[in-house]
Amino acid sequence: MEVQQSLWEFMAQQSDKLLSQTLAHIGLTCISLLIAVVIGLPLGIWIAQRNKAAWLVLGIAGVLQTIPSIALLGFMIPLLGIGALPAITALFLYALLPIIRNTYTGIRGVNPAVTESARGMGMSRWQVLFNVELPLAMPVILAGIRTATVINVGVATLAAYIAAGGLGEFIFGGIALNNSNMILAGAIPAALLAIFFDLLLSLVQKANVRKMRKVSLVLPILLLLLSSFYIFPYADAKMLGGFTPEFMGREDGYLGLKSKYQLNMPTVVISDAVMYKAAYEKKIDVISGYSTDGRLKAYNLITLEDDKSIFPPYYASPLVRKDVLTKYPELEAAINLLSGKINDSIMTDLNYRVDYLKQSPEKVAQDFILANDLYKKSKNGNKGVIRLGSKIFAEQYILINIYKALIEGNTELKVETKTGLGGTKICFDALTNNEIDMYPEYTGTGLLVILKPTKNDLAALSGSREKVFNYVQKGFDEQYNLQWLKPIGFNNAYALMMRKEQAQSLNIRTITDLKDYVSTDNHRH
Amino acid sequence: MIIAEHISKIFNDIKAVDDISFEVKEGETMVLLGTSGCGKTTTLKMLNRLIDASGGSISIDGKNIFDQQPEILRRTIGYVSQSNGLFPHYSVEENVSVVPKLLKWDKSKTRNRAQELLEQLKLPLEEFGHKYPDELSGGQQQRVAIARALISNPPVLLMDEPFGALDPITRAGVRKEFLELPELKQKTIVLVTHDVQEAFELGDHICLMDKGKIVQAGNAKDLILKPANAFARNFFDHQRLFLELSALTFQDILNIADADSAFQNNADNASLPEISAKASLWAGMEILSASSKDALIVRNDTLNISKIYTTSSIQEAYRILKQHN
Ligand SMILES: Nc1ncnc2c1ncn2[C@@H]1O[C@H](COP(=O)(O)OP(=O)(O)OP(=O)(O)O)[C@@H](O)[C@H]1O
Ligand SMILES: [Mg+2]
Repeated sequence: MEVQQSLWEFMAQQSDKLLSQTLAHIGLTCISLLIAVVIGLPLGIWIAQRNKAAWLVLGIAGVLQTIPSIALLGFMIPLLGIGALPAITALFLYALLPIIRNTYTGIRGVNPAVTESARGMGMSRWQVLFNVELPLAMPVILAGIRTATVINVGVATLAAYIAAGGLGEFIFGGIALNNSNMILAGAIPAALLAIFFDLLLSLVQKANVRKMRKVSLVLPILLLLLSSFYIFPYADAKMLGGFTPEFMGREDGYLGLKSKYQLNMPTVVISDAVMYKAAYEKKIDVISGYSTDGRLKAYNLITLEDDKSIFPPYYASPLVRKDVLTKYPELEAAINLLSGKINDSIMTDLNYRVDYLKQSPEKVAQDFILANDLYKKSKNGNKGVIRLGSKIFAEQYILINIYKALIEGNTELKVETKTGLGGTKICFDALTNNEIDMYPEYTGTGLLVILKPTKNDLAALSGSREKVFNYVQKGFDEQYNLQWLKPIGFNNAYALMMRKEQAQSLNIRTITDLKDYVSTDNHRH
Repeated sequence: MIIAEHISKIFNDIKAVDDISFEVKEGETMVLLGTSGCGKTTTLKMLNRLIDASGGSISIDGKNIFDQQPEILRRTIGYVSQSNGLFPHYSVEENVSVVPKLLKWDKSKTRNRAQELLEQLKLPLEEFGHKYPDELSGGQQQRVAIARALISNPPVLLMDEPFGALDPITRAGVRKEFLELPELKQKTIVLVTHDVQEAFELGDHICLMDKGKIVQAGNAKDLILKPANAFARNFFDHQRLFLELSALTFQDILNIADADSAFQNNADNASLPEISAKASLWAGMEILSASSKDALIVRNDTLNISKIYTTSSIQEAYRILKQHN
């Protein structure tokens, strides 16, 4: 294993990215905040005068607030696609409630005797608003802006899922790659930003009510300035790559594409949940998919041939705690019933049914078992409980549903499933911490993400299926007391994908073709 | 001059002000007096259209107030609200300069005027100008509120319990200063209070209100000595003696009685305290009780007569006057 790099070294080495991500993060937060202020403030002022509209507007803003942030981003994609627009829109919607609500309560809270005397002296409605009500409500309004800012700094990390940039790129990349330094390099600046903005605004907010007239001038200017930090992560490139945070940080991913293929193209970071659709909708052109993904079929994408073999094999195998195998010897045989039963095209098809035809993973698993004569009625045993974990995508859901049926049909054991455990790091930690007993893992992931061999060791494996399998089996046994059981059969390796019709019209079949096309294209400009 | 005719205000079926009429002559102070909730504030606010009347007509200096834009109208009427209503985020000087700013006075004119006015109100601009309302005492705040209403020299001044928030002692003090302000001598003032003593001291003319109606209008003496009905009588009961003595002046008893002849020809008379015949009996009795002498000289300058009174001769005159009434 390589010597652990320190956090500082990582940050120093990645300082360019860190800076641009931080600036993008500040920009995203501030743009959305600015829009929320521009819209929320007048709305708050308006409803402060109209009680009937107040509950309606506050109600709607309140409902928006309760939508989980990931889901809100999800709703945005069909409407606004990917990138800055949906991210800013989602952040804006989150910032809206605190700003409207606090403007409303702030203005409602102004002593009526003061506004009345203002009117009594002959001020017009607007003069009362700008000279009396707003300055006096300002501390409360600022408290709302402060809440909104802190919320937005946090939610803006999710912008990385839809190619809008920000510190989420490091955070989610780090989680996917089991790289704590990378996670911290994103999480620490994000936390510091939240603390910094909170502190700054708390100072402004506590400033004497007398200085509020100055504050209400300075704040918008500051916001506008910070907003300009956000340089839109991509201009109009001819060929745009959209890669997952995980892929961006991997030697057998984007780093390898750059070093081995010399592929140099503009890229954005995007979550794999929306990547295929974005490619289909021509928002991006090249994506880093998985070769058995059902959406490949659904969205009419093709994989590019890895002619320099930078992607190692990713054969799926059940990864199990050895103490469980010893305690219940019958378990191994039941699990191995699936070995060799699923090849690449079968897996792609199963995934397609779930991802695209929207059948439930349970049903797809059930159909598969019946079709392959693996079905046995559940024994409803109570000898013990096996906890199955899965990462957060369809293939893993299908696999653990198949395993559940196999184990309950062939042994007296009962199965509990824990689905949706995020990425590799979360599943692996759950397994070593004895929170689950097994989950399906891929040999390539085990090799590169968990074991992290030296460059020399890696070269010796040279992408061979058997060598890699033996290497991870030995390594996991010795280091973690975990057992890799027999491979299921399919190879869910990384692959670069493009829209079929675009690849064909440009005559791109291999990654080298792509590289050639991109570099000549760049020369022309 | 303010003329209100048959004005009413109805708040969701409640008649807060019910068909009242009154007239305030130029330079006169009219007091609206009554218990809490009787409609005083509502009446006052109808005069500067902070509340629009449900019916009736109001004219100020001959102009119908409903013909004017409310903001413009209000800039020509000084207004001191029930709680002083100072802007907490404005300094004293900024608070006082609100109306000049609305009227687009130039800065030096505003400053000179503020200086002059705050000087009169014993809040010198240099010392208090930069202070904020929460740095002032209640009495000082009231005076700033009054300065704010007076700064543009409006001919009409409306005041809603301007001394309401003060303790009785400070209140009496501020009221005294108020009476002596040269600024106020020429103004047409409508003042709201529920404090009878205040009404008697400040009002040339008093409207006693109850349940939205004017029960009785007149000067202090009329109200206290010739109540129009049971409500008016009862209203003054709890401090009747004091009020009667405050309402009656020496003028009223000059021809009824004076001190024994023993006092009339006393050689010491030159050193006795003096008082004008326009002063109230109460004021005279206060001087006597504070002085070491047993008698005082009451002087009527227009008729050029003076008489001497002791405490017992004042009481005797008061008793006789009451019997005749
Ligand atoms: N905005 C309003 N809406 C409804 N009713 C009102 C409103 N303002 C006043 N009232 C009612 O009108 C009546 C007269 O109120 P007003 O404020 O004129 O009394 P006030 O004589 O000034 O009393 P106080 O001495 O307590 O200030 C009261 O019964 C009050 O409840
Ligand atoms: Mg009142």
